Amino acid sequence: MFLYAIKRLLQSLFTLFIVVSLVFLLMRLLPIEGYFGDRFQKMSVGEVQASLGKMGLLDPWYLQLARFYAGVARGDLGVSFVYRRDVPIVKIIAPRIPYSMGFGLTAVAIAMATGLAMGVGMARSKGKFADRAGTVYIVFVNAVPLAVYLLFVQLYGSSFFHLPILFDKYDPKSWILPAISMSLNGIAFYAMWMRRYMVDELNKDYIKLARAKGLSNRTVMVRHVMRNAYVPMAQYLPAAILATIGGSIYIESLYSIPGMGGLLVDVIQRQDNAMVQALVLIFSSVGIVGLFLGDLLMALVDPRIKLVKSEGAR
Amino acid sequence: MKIPDMAASAAVADAGIDRALFEFADYDAGAGERGGYSNYSYWRSTFRMFLANKVALFFLALLGSLLLFTIVQPFLPGQLSPTKIFNDPETGMQYRNLPPGDRFWLGTNSIGQDLWSRIWSGTRTSLLIGLSVGLAEMLIGIVFGAIWGYVRRLDRVMTEIYNVMDNVPSTVLLMLFAYIMKPGFRTMVIAMCAVGWLGLARFVRNQIIIIRDREYNLASRCLGTPARRIVTRNILPYLVSVIMLQTALSIPGTIGWEVFLTYIGLGLPVSIPSLGNLVNEGRMIMMAPELRYQLIFPTVVLSLITISFYVLGNAFSDASDPRNHV
Repeated sequence: MFLYAIKRLLQSLFTLFIVVSLVFLLMRLLPIEGYFGDRFQKMSVGEVQASLGKMGLLDPWYLQLARFYAGVARGDLGVSFVYRRDVPIVKIIAPRIPYSMGFGLTAVAIAMATGLAMGVGMARSKGKFADRAGTVYIVFVNAVPLAVYLLFVQLYGSSFFHLPILFDKYDPKSWILPAISMSLNGIAFYAMWMRRYMVDELNKDYIKLARAKGLSNRTVMVRHVMRNAYVPMAQYLPAAILATIGGSIYIESLYSIPGMGGLLVDVIQRQDNAMVQALVLIFSSVGIVGLFLGDLLMALVDPRIKLVKSEGAR
Repeated sequence: MKIPDMAASAAVADAGIDRALFEFADYDAGAGERGGYSNYSYWRSTFRMFLANKVALFFLALLGSLLLFTIVQPFLPGQLSPTKIFNDPETGMQYRNLPPGDRFWLGTNSIGQDLWSRIWSGTRTSLLIGLSVGLAEMLIGIVFGAIWGYVRRLDRVMTEIYNVMDNVPSTVLLMLFAYIMKPGFRTMVIAMCAVGWLGLARFVRNQIIIIRDREYNLASRCLGTPARRIVTRNILPYLVSVIMLQTALSIPGTIGWEVFLTYIGLGLPVSIPSLGNLVNEGRMIMMAPELRYQLIFPTVVLSLITISFYVLGNAFSDASDPRNHV
């Protein structure tokens, strides 16, 4: 187990290194306006060159890359150029993460609880009314663009239930709509997955055997069907939880929540290269770490997964 | 496969058995047909199964007429230009936010353009993006996946490429591509292809690894069938159902991404009508209830397209699975 974890960790670090370097090099292709903002119009070519040189952007790429890694090691992601001029990026990002994670984790919890229950219910009443109603919901969520139905939730949610239309840190009532809207998609995802899984699984021989042995329905569900469902869940969950750091782009801008998702859109629209780079790096590392933890957890949950390659099997 | 060693061949010769029977055969294109005994045809059964599905036929007809209509619409009488801004001849003011009526069938938008023709022009753009991305993804996914699965030597390298691309969230990857290149039709197609082929390639690769060494393929290889024919005739038909499903789902998915990219300001320029641009324009004036039609009409078209592809993809995938053909 330990060996496997080490090996998998090294692999993740290697992937992370490639991704980070690639993103960094791709960012060098961006238009240089992104380092100056509005000031760019008024500057002469000489001034532009001089300040590019001062930022170290005229050095060969490997020097820049090395300097960048040295900075990251010290916990320094550079400074913002346009969004908030000359403020360290870490200081801009840090206060925003709690908002994104707070809403994200709530949404994951709601989505899992509701979605899984819904999926089980749908599989039980397969072909009947509840199953069809659930399918309609899933098709609706997948067919209507996110940007549109979230807007309707905000609009009608606030007018029917008299909930605040915008986020307010000090008013818990204003947290309800964003949390619910954020979980709508997840509910559909979990329900669809759970239904499919149950329908496939209940037809398998080992379930028939368990029933033939005279086990109660409850025992079959808890000890056999659900026990197997943990495995893909275990692999998926760490990534889903970590991904909440990124926040939701649509919802944060709709309710003006000062989180991470809105920030990425903001800095892209204002073309702040340094900020875009830092955020992309954070989001990709979060993805890689999430996959790593998921694989680890899955190996812990499922004893059938062999951690060391068996030699000479083929 | 093992080549029989000399001792074994000698033993075979001693037993008075014709050694020629144990040589590799040359590939004979006609031999495959000789053993056939039933008149089963894969594609005929697939289409029969598909045509038996009434719901799927309805959506096929719907999608077909939508597609046809977006093509002929500009040539119908009484159609207005989708990009022209109409002014009131008396006051010289733009016809802003007119409700649906005689001249502007679905009304006008906030700068006086005809919503009806914009919707069809936008549907045309979005479907074109969706179809080209869907087809390109299918092609890249199949070719990449097939090579990845069949050529063992490349497995390590290609797995590493896959890991790198798959580890970055696709939203971020897409935004990065769109941010680096100039906004426009081509950027959009390239960015979405770059992100979209991954899933299909991995699926094709895994299936090929599973099917590659099955007995019938071993037998086929012994009969001298070239690798390319094994891949195209023995393996790929097995995957048709999932490939079709993924492609069908990727088309509305692509249109959804287009809406998303437009929302965050990396989409097509405003001068090209697309469903993303229309939804985005509609969203901005959403707070006035009497103008909400500007959001609802494009959304309805978009949802119809998505649902049609969704249903059709699933129906065709069921129909093309040989296990359902009995």
